[in-house]
Amino acid sequence: MDPYAALIQPFVEFEFMRRALVACLALSLGCGPVGVLLVLRRMSLVGDALSHAVLPGAAIGFIIAGLSLVVMSFGGFIAGLAVAVLSGLVARVTPQREDASFAAFYLISLALGVLIVSTRGSNVDLMHVLFGTILAVDDASLQLVVSIATLTLVILAVIGRGLIIECFDPGFLRAVGGPGAALHFAFLMLVVMNLVAGFHALGTLMAVGLMMLPAAAARFWAGQVATLAATSSAIAFAAGYAGLLLSYHASLPSGPAIILIAGGIYIVSVAAGPRGSLRTRFLPRRHLEA
Amino acid sequence: MYRLSRRLFLAALAMLAVATTSPSWAADKLKVVTTFSVLGDMAQNVGGEHIALTTLVGPDGDAHVYEPTPTDARALAEADLVIVNGLAFEGWIDRLVKASGYKGTVVVASDGITALKVEDDHDHDHSEAHAESEKDHHHGELDPHAWQDLANGRLYVTNIARALAAADPAHAADYRRRAEAYDGELAALDRDVRARLDAVPADRRKVITSHDAFQYFGRAYGIDFHAPVGLSTESEPSAGEVAALVRQMRDEGIRALFVENITDPRLVQQLAREAGAVVGGTLYSDSLSGPTGPAPTYLDMFRHNVSEIAKAFTN
Repeated sequence: MDPYAALIQPFVEFEFMRRALVACLALSLGCGPVGVLLVLRRMSLVGDALSHAVLPGAAIGFIIAGLSLVVMSFGGFIAGLAVAVLSGLVARVTPQREDASFAAFYLISLALGVLIVSTRGSNVDLMHVLFGTILAVDDASLQLVVSIATLTLVILAVIGRGLIIECFDPGFLRAVGGPGAALHFAFLMLVVMNLVAGFHALGTLMAVGLMMLPAAAARFWAGQVATLAATSSAIAFAAGYAGLLLSYHASLPSGPAIILIAGGIYIVSVAAGPRGSLRTRFLPRRHLEA
Repeated sequence: MYRLSRRLFLAALAMLAVATTSPSWAADKLKVVTTFSVLGDMAQNVGGEHIALTTLVGPDGDAHVYEPTPTDARALAEADLVIVNGLAFEGWIDRLVKASGYKGTVVVASDGITALKVEDDHDHDHSEAHAESEKDHHHGELDPHAWQDLANGRLYVTNIARALAAADPAHAADYRRRAEAYDGELAALDRDVRARLDAVPADRRKVITSHDAFQYFGRAYGIDFHAPVGLSTESEPSAGEVAALVRQMRDEGIRALFVENITDPRLVQQLAREAGAVVGGTLYSDSLSGPTGPAPTYLDMFRHNVSEIAKAFTN
């Protein structure tokens, strides 16, 4: 198979491949920086928790309005945000640690979601409705993903500096009168927003996977927040492109294919990235000679 | 599943032991049990007010994978006449009849039709979806969905009328008269269907459907039903499978797509748009709809299916 047929022709021949690729690009741009900030704030598992927390909201949205992208996404967004805000409040007001607080609230939310979904009878169908596949991105989903990516980048441009300071030196931010708690909640809102976009367009695994794996991998390639974010987005998009091709040529499910590529990139990064990887740690000299 | 149904039968027998007479059935009516909604509608049309009808698998139910309940065994035990489709459509009926202790005749409505073999030639690709549906529907060798051809439906009605007349000779003339009137309606609809579908050029009469119930329909009315290649309904789709289906539709010039059991409706829309085809509405194959649905009777079901298919062709 020549390189054109292997790498480009699928996207030329099929519109659904092009749409999937555009959705991957938008998702990468939004999730890259958000994921990096999650890693920096030691909240890597929060994305996973929040991905479960949106279920009851989306299910209620479905019960109210049926198969409506807007209502279901909005419901999911509200539920995710509620869990994020409640966990954050409990963590800031009581001695409870934030991860424990998150675990508690997301479990409550998840149980509620499963309950609501089961009362609707065929839960399998509802799950399929709630969580789409990247191969079926329609106009509305694409617009949603692109809007959320745009909004995320704009908001990060405004609050990014404060967020980064809060990551590294919360005491300094407080000393200069920065709105630490407000920044934190704005950031959690961004996380929920990006996850919601990801679910409806691409499925659960995709959303969290594309957010966390590239961000974790970027750490072995870059040192500054801006370059970390750019690297993370680039890795996410590369994983999306390669995963779609893998799904196309090998007839593998697209979501897991994309995430496994991202996982592969992470493992390669851990082993051989230029910053702090196993290679630099155990084979530093050979690296310099090469 | 086997173990479960055995347990159900035990429960059924236990219930039978304590069962008293059923008050809902008037004593002077012929108690008729049919296995699924299409047969039930036919029997009601022929029997009219002389029969008390029980249909085991009601509207929107799936007779292929039905699990009989204790109530079913009881209905059978008290029945005067049991009508089944035959061709191994109701795999569970023999055991149910035995368990219920029903001693009368079991009328096979499809007696005398020319049965088609379960089709294998769409098996371009040993896809998961196909393998699955074959497993579900592999009733021996013959395709049981014979009622999807109105000519067969008329034969069903003749068989049912003859059985009712034999079981209830007092009203035999009435059954015969009603069956003739109903047969006339079926024949008229058959002509309408042909006229309507013949208006579509033959090379456009191609449909992709994941139902495997339309072989008789396709044979009778000259529609080319293709099974979807590759796409499984259960697991997450792959880009390769979606691409294969789009190519199939482009290559074979398929105009319409009836695949409501692929669970993501957006994926189906995407496929249709990409291949320049139309997504059809719901086709009723193995059961009727409820009374408020689009296909509450056999005649309505046929009208509905034909109009959905014709609509998809003319779009």
